[in-house]
Amino acid sequence: MTWTADQPIVSLKEVRKSFGALEVLKGVSLDVMKGEVICIIGPSGSGKSTLIRCINGLNDIQGGSITVEGQEVHDANLDKLELRKKVGMVFQQYNLFPHKTALENVMMAPLKVLKQDKSEVETRARALIKKVRLEGKENSYPGELSGGQQQRVAIARSLAMNPDVMLFDEVTAALDPETVKEVLVTIRELAEEGMTCILVTHEMGFAREVADHIYFTDRGVIVEHGPPATFFTEASDPRTQEFLGQIL
Amino acid sequence: MRRIPGLNAPTRNMAVLKPFDVAAHSPDGYIFTRWLAAMPWWTPFAMMALIMIWPTLAYAQSRFTTGDAFDALWRWMPFLVMSGFLFNVVISMLAMAIGTVAGAALGLAQISPLKPLRMFAWFNTQLFRNSPWLVLLFIVLLALPFEITIFGQTIRIPDWMKGVFGLSLPVMANISEVVRGAVQSVPTAQWEAAESLAFTRRQILWQIILPQCYKRMLPPWMNWYAILTMATPLCSLLGIEEIITLSRQAMEAEDNHPELLVPFFGFALIMFFLYCYPIARLTMRLERKFAVKL
Repeated sequence: MTWTADQPIVSLKEVRKSFGALEVLKGVSLDVMKGEVICIIGPSGSGKSTLIRCINGLNDIQGGSITVEGQEVHDANLDKLELRKKVGMVFQQYNLFPHKTALENVMMAPLKVLKQDKSEVETRARALIKKVRLEGKENSYPGELSGGQQQRVAIARSLAMNPDVMLFDEVTAALDPETVKEVLVTIRELAEEGMTCILVTHEMGFAREVADHIYFTDRGVIVEHGPPATFFTEASDPRTQEFLGQIL
Repeated sequence: MRRIPGLNAPTRNMAVLKPFDVAAHSPDGYIFTRWLAAMPWWTPFAMMALIMIWPTLAYAQSRFTTGDAFDALWRWMPFLVMSGFLFNVVISMLAMAIGTVAGAALGLAQISPLKPLRMFAWFNTQLFRNSPWLVLLFIVLLALPFEITIFGQTIRIPDWMKGVFGLSLPVMANISEVVRGAVQSVPTAQWEAAESLAFTRRQILWQIILPQCYKRMLPPWMNWYAILTMATPLCSLLGIEEIITLSRQAMEAEDNHPELLVPFFGFALIMFFLYCYPIARLTMRLERKFAVKL
């Protein structure tokens, strides 16, 4: 089974996930085409973060299937490391390595995991730091950077692996309103360059602006989805309407 | 007027409603070092003064005067320090080195993904952590042969080497706990971030988690070194010629006058204090510093 670009790059079919007796995902299906930006929105506790963490195998699933570029993620024979080289992830709490400078944080994975040449990696890392507008901060430690700056380093760190898909798990939720913008600008640029992005977000304005498709989840199921133009104006399900009514 | 908590009584009267915070009131592993570090800098001088005065009061009428006792101590002092106390230091350093290497291995085994290895490491850690040090020393002394033959080469194991092994066992177990605790104190989010960058488990542990631990392991490691050094006189019970054994022998050579006891053992006490006190002070300083900056 070979994957071609006209098939979904990430495909979830009837995914079920429970923590003990608590069923968090109750059969979620969605397809993402290469270059697409999708946003997953919904009230807290609706399984958004769990969903996104299943895509790169940080959480296991109890049923259904998830494929990335045609490969089953939850196949015991799958090399998880190979999958994670293709799927980058950015977290709400940045999770930078505190004992490494910004530049070292970006360089570490390509050097140690991909075993790439050091001078080539450094050139690319500096370019990435410039791309996320953090020139001059290369030698700062995470503790010396603001939340927004740390989050942009985290994005650069993920990009350094040249992933095919980027997962963003509520990346602006821990930031103050002014710094949210600088992170969103970075993500928007990525989206415009054609990076496949899956975002879990509470930034409705942003979702409306950059997303090709919006999914609304509630209590472990996808209640409604559609392109932003129609999703925000023509939401038909009462749960979606209630949620949007509270947010907008 | 009747006082009703929360209404007209001061709120501090309601403290009884809160659950007793056990963690905040139980010893935290630094109990010895904190006690030592809290002593003022003039403690050794006060000890010296006491040691000088006490025999004068106790044996004022005896023929063997305090002056004689201190003369004897003065004569033996270079020997007690160079052959005695320095040997204690050597024993403590070797036991610490062995205990650290073995303890680090045991501590990492305690967080191994392999359950049998984890259980084995946990069992050994608990066993050696909770056994009396002297019992361990005697077991090692009696269980180890006095010589071993490897490839036709006969190697003698001197008693002091057995003392080093014996002392390194409880150190190993405690360092094992220090390592396990430090690794587990790193947020799991660090593991997840590294995992999602396709690092292997081994790479994550050695390149991302452990480098964050060294700093926070240093104060407890030094704490255990001070405790170990204070425990080296246990070796005198095995006949190892460290400072206490040599002090006893020196007193015998000086006809076992009871007036000698306080000056000689007092001197040993001051030696240990002078060695361990700076370590304790530094440990507590680092502890405070790292606790704030983490």
